[in-house]
Amino acid sequence: MDVATFCTESRVLVVAGKGGVGKTTIAAALARMAADAGLSVLVVELEGRAGLSTAFGGAGPLAYEDTVLLSGAGVSPDGRGHTGTVRGRWLTPDDALLEYLADHGLERVSKRLLSSGLLDVVSTAIPGIRDVLVLGKVKQLERERVADLIVVDAPATGHAVTFLTSASGLLDAARGGPVRAQAADVVELLTDPSRCRVLLVTLPEEMPVSETVEAAYVLEDRAGVKLGPVVVNAYDAVPAALGTSAEKAAAAAGVILDAGQLAALEEARTFRLHRHDLAAEQIGRLARELPLPQLFTPPLAGETVGPPELAELAAALAEGVNELTSAA
Amino acid sequence: MSPDYALGELVPGRPVVVCCGPGGVGKTTISATFALQAARAGRRACVITVDPARRLADALGVESLPNTPTEVPGDWPGRLDALMLDTKGTFDDLVRQYAKSPEQVESIRNNRIYQNLAGALSGTQEYMAMEKLYELTGSGTYDTVVVDTPPTRNALDLLDAPRRLTNFLENRFFRALLLPTRAYLKAVSVATRALLRTISKVAGTEIVDDAVTFFQAFQGMEEGFRSRAAAVRALLADPSTAYVLVTSPRPDSVEEAEFFADKLVGRGISPAGLVVNRVHPRFGTVGELPPAPEGSELGALEDNLRQLDGMAAREEATFAQLVARVAPAPVGRVPLLGSDVHDVEGLGLVADQLFGEAPAGPPPAQGGVG
Repeated sequence: MDVATFCTESRVLVVAGKGGVGKTTIAAALARMAADAGLSVLVVELEGRAGLSTAFGGAGPLAYEDTVLLSGAGVSPDGRGHTGTVRGRWLTPDDALLEYLADHGLERVSKRLLSSGLLDVVSTAIPGIRDVLVLGKVKQLERERVADLIVVDAPATGHAVTFLTSASGLLDAARGGPVRAQAADVVELLTDPSRCRVLLVTLPEEMPVSETVEAAYVLEDRAGVKLGPVVVNAYDAVPAALGTSAEKAAAAAGVILDAGQLAALEEARTFRLHRHDLAAEQIGRLARELPLPQLFTPPLAGETVGPPELAELAAALAEGVNELTSAA
Repeated sequence: MSPDYALGELVPGRPVVVCCGPGGVGKTTISATFALQAARAGRRACVITVDPARRLADALGVESLPNTPTEVPGDWPGRLDALMLDTKGTFDDLVRQYAKSPEQVESIRNNRIYQNLAGALSGTQEYMAMEKLYELTGSGTYDTVVVDTPPTRNALDLLDAPRRLTNFLENRFFRALLLPTRAYLKAVSVATRALLRTISKVAGTEIVDDAVTFFQAFQGMEEGFRSRAAAVRALLADPSTAYVLVTSPRPDSVEEAEFFADKLVGRGISPAGLVVNRVHPRFGTVGELPPAPEGSELGALEDNLRQLDGMAAREEATFAQLVARVAPAPVGRVPLLGSDVHDVEGLGLVADQLFGEAPAGPPPAQGGVG
């Protein structure tokens, strides 16, 4: 499947995963991949982290208003056209609420609602209202067609499931008023595969894989979302030439090594192979327990994720997407 | 500046260890390791886990009996207990403790806002973890209590949690509504009524009704909650409470841990230690390797060693700034091992790496850090 087709199967792509799996980096890489295919992209961030903007060479967290992360002036990797623009926003529930109230002619009281602590009372009385406000804003952006693709970097710390199920939970609570209407709109967005898909990000390790499988079923059953391919991040493909022991390899090459050197080479070899076996085992388990296509991204060499690393990840994702069949 | 104590001395020395840092770095395992180390040093120790992986929970035996310390059987001179936090249950206990009557307990427990409080008010889980810590520390049963904290993005949630909850319970707008009529008219300004109207309009009138009932039900308990929260805060700020930052060497986790360190320092709290979990091991200093013939298998092996060494060096550089920031606190490194820790033996291996003589070298074939 070509990248542009993949990226426009739905206008909203929610990237979810537990903390520490590189979710934000993958969200940035997906945006970069789509831009490389000539699409305009909006990345939505929810936690005020700097990671998204630094991945595009910027600094500090995004703002509620649009920031251009990647201008559309570049030449696409295949040299045939221009890259698309990537913009980013940090959507906070408070900002979304203020905007929502302003849109409903209630601007005057909205600031006091925040300063008085009443918002805490309200959001406790209606759990999930914060998520619904943010997703409601995403829905509005989707409706306004602000970009070809909207990538949502979902909250980490295991709250992705809560984040995506809160709207239907709020509907079940069957309260009246505009908030309920907003929740209904959000559920409609999340459950329509032509408008929204969720991509889970994981690592090829035991706990992240278990949690991904669990989250996938909960998301399908309870949130009714359509799941896209699973992104397995930091998968280290081992060079085939590590199959021979250090001693034999040295002898074959006619090179004399001291015992310390041999031991270090051998330990490094078995370490790498062992890690690879563990990763392969977990990837196999993921495939068995979760029948979704997988995309792989390599472990990064850099200390931080900047534009060069992002390009590398985007290219790896694009390669995986190209191999997907359109039925997937 | 070199540390004036080792990470291993922290546990027997301090009555309370708070393990904090980003999610997904194996914080629960590291917390359990600190408690195990205390037990090995002959202390009576308890670890409060917040969200343990299932197999670790099984190994510690905490799953069947949440909110109650369960002894982990093992061969050490001290005692190791583990507990899995039940946020709601801890809150219920508090309500029971401060309520004036069984009827008050009932009416609070039946209130919709109360039922949502544990899940919806940010910081409630953090506060209940700290509340449990306070309870166990004060019980006199333990020499050392280690608490694993929820993966909070904002460190302030952890330290502010007690205040945040009491602020919520003392919300002046709703409290004003509960005053006798005359005072009510005085206290509830036009602006306040406009706010309440707004809430009703946007979210439905039941919200305001629920809120009023909730604050009514809590009446008379504020003082108890306030003094309790003050005591918990005092424990958290006590110089004998040790904060240990836990992170992985991944750039995003290190960035979050740095954020956390800054917040602690901003509160006048110096981190007592740093644990970097899952670092790439070093394979010994071998000097310049003789050049291998191009395309040979030896060449691939040499490249592999160089790549792994490079990875370890880059990781070290990634968290170098964090190490400097927590200095002179000691830093422990746990190498990336085999599979996750799912038994007490595995915990023992981590403890050896973290506190023992065993240097962070190539890993044994078994065990590892989850």
